[in-house]
Amino acid sequence: MADKRNNPGMASRRRFLADMARTAGGVALLGLGVGLYSRQAASLPVSAIRPPGALPEADFLGACIRCGLCVRDCPYDTLKLSELGEDVATGTPYFVARDVPCEMCDDIPCVKACPTGALDHTLTDIDEARMGLAVLVDQETCIAFQGLRCEVCYNVCPVRGKAITLEMRHNERSGKHALFIPEVHSSACTGCGKCEQACVMEQAAIKVMPVSLAKGELGHHYRLGWEEKRKSGESLVAPDVPHEYNLPEGQRYEHGGAGLIFEESANKTPFGKSALDTLNGRSAAQ
Amino acid sequence: MTVRTVSIGADAIASKGWIGAHKWLLVRRTSQLSILALFLLGPWLGIWIVKGNLNASLALDVLPLTDPYVLLQTLLTWHVPGLTASIGALIVLAFYLLAGGRVYCAWVCPVNMVTDAAHWLRERLGIKGGSRLPRNTRYWVLAMTLVLAVVTGSVAWELVNPVSMLHRGLIFGMGFAWSIVLAVFMLDLFVSRRAWCGHLCPVGAFYSLLGHVTPLRVSAVSRDACNDCMDCYAVCPEPQVIPPALKGEDKGIGPVILAANCTNCGRCIDVCAKDVFVFASRFQNKSGGLGRKSPSQKMEVMS
Ligand code: SF4
Ligand code: SF4
Ligand code: SF4
Ligand code: SF4
Ligand code: SF4
Repeated sequence: MADKRNNPGMASRRRFLADMARTAGGVALLGLGVGLYSRQAASLPVSAIRPPGALPEADFLGACIRCGLCVRDCPYDTLKLSELGEDVATGTPYFVARDVPCEMCDDIPCVKACPTGALDHTLTDIDEARMGLAVLVDQETCIAFQGLRCEVCYNVCPVRGKAITLEMRHNERSGKHALFIPEVHSSACTGCGKCEQACVMEQAAIKVMPVSLAKGELGHHYRLGWEEKRKSGESLVAPDVPHEYNLPEGQRYEHGGAGLIFEESANKTPFGKSALDTLNGRSAAQ
Repeated sequence: MTVRTVSIGADAIASKGWIGAHKWLLVRRTSQLSILALFLLGPWLGIWIVKGNLNASLALDVLPLTDPYVLLQTLLTWHVPGLTASIGALIVLAFYLLAGGRVYCAWVCPVNMVTDAAHWLRERLGIKGGSRLPRNTRYWVLAMTLVLAVVTGSVAWELVNPVSMLHRGLIFGMGFAWSIVLAVFMLDLFVSRRAWCGHLCPVGAFYSLLGHVTPLRVSAVSRDACNDCMDCYAVCPEPQVIPPALKGEDKGIGPVILAANCTNCGRCIDVCAKDVFVFASRFQNKSGGLGRKSPSQKMEVMS
């Protein structure tokens, strides 16, 4: 057998393998760099809102091919394609509610324009869109909390009365006025950002956030007793036995909120209205 | 060597005139620039013939076009792409299967103008050598980008892809994308000859795969007239594709350049004073049989 070291075929094969290892190593390193960068680029800043119908962020980054067709078909120039250097994954569409909110077009042209389904075509009613969720983040500055009639956010809301309602509360400070507090309901808020854009503060007191950030989530094993009761028609834990209090005759306790109740008959005393009548033996019963 | 560099194509210019010796180059630049112009007409002048960018576009509101390479990455993230994108990709695939996979590089891709410029400057400045990159590195990069899509679940390569960076940047806004384009330019200028398009770019690598069946090819029909001036080698972005066709007669290899990485750029046709090369079909590849040709077969090839 020839000495392996002097075998030219062996040497060239060894060089071939070394070259290949070098190339593969270099490319793998490049891939690692891009991969790590993609991890970092996957975090969306809070102010960047995806267009209506966008798949959940992790899926969206795989589905969107960065073509900008949604951007082109948005008649209000709401959407932008992220440029390299911005915080949003380069080439993906987003908008900043405080600058230009989504006008919630009835025909949703951005979704229709998307060729890949990164914007979900099953979204046909714009009221069903959940781009984000408005949160009244700063109760210290929102002037409604100071007792002023602002309600601008409430009035611009395209789903006014459902997504934002005004709740009346007592003004503790003045002691005699009402507060009209805007309250957002996740069941109807589309996250269009009209409220954030319109808020009269220097910095919006109400802001649209990613739903995942804005919403809490109840422990999965939690059950709200009153809801379960409503659903099934009766309490699930024990039969409803009305609590009995040991009260003087003619009194009872109502759990619905009325509290202690004096029955009509309880007011009937053996005494008449006038003391004289009583003394004269003419009882009230007479 | 420097003298040689300066005189590339001089013979062709002498025999065909400057225009004649740059015909395909001019047509090709016109193609690259018009495609870019079509995309820019919308944002610049409000004339919307084509919307979108090279990744996906919609022409005249009816014709969808999708880059099959980027759609493949999307598929690998386990997203089932919509019908429009899929149809668009099939149309594009069909086109490049017919016209030549890397026709994308020579006739469409905007980065080609950047790397051609870098190459021109490199020759001008007489910059030589640099790192020795294997040509097949691009297939490793291609594989890496596909693995990346699977592993990250996102179209990760699009975060750095110079091709879409430049094209999207020109149409939608550059941001810092110019830095990536500049990096490619510097790479080609200083690090290695034709480093990006000829060795690294996974987009070109992907499209080259279609080139294995492409009917439209360049053929060295008149290879007998070759006087070994080597100008075609000097001007070709993928010079390794030429020898089998040009010099393979003795080995019974046909005159058609079958190598998938020929970009159908036509520069070899331009630069050859002897008009050895023409555009032809891959099926017009009759060699002189195995071994030497009979004189009659030779006549057939030359006619
Ligand atoms: S719904 Fe209308 S305004 Fe909102 S992002 Fe889509 S196209 Fe633009
Ligand atoms: S149209 Fe769809 S694929 Fe194109 S950029 Fe918009 S979301 Fe992404
Ligand atoms: S617009 Fe702003 S300040 Fe006014 S009520 Fe709404 S959140 Fe408060
Ligand atoms: S190799 Fe890549 S960058 Fe070069 S022309 Fe082809 S696609 Fe464009
Ligand atoms: S062989 Fe000719 S057509 Fe093909 S890439 Fe080279 S110069 Fe261009």
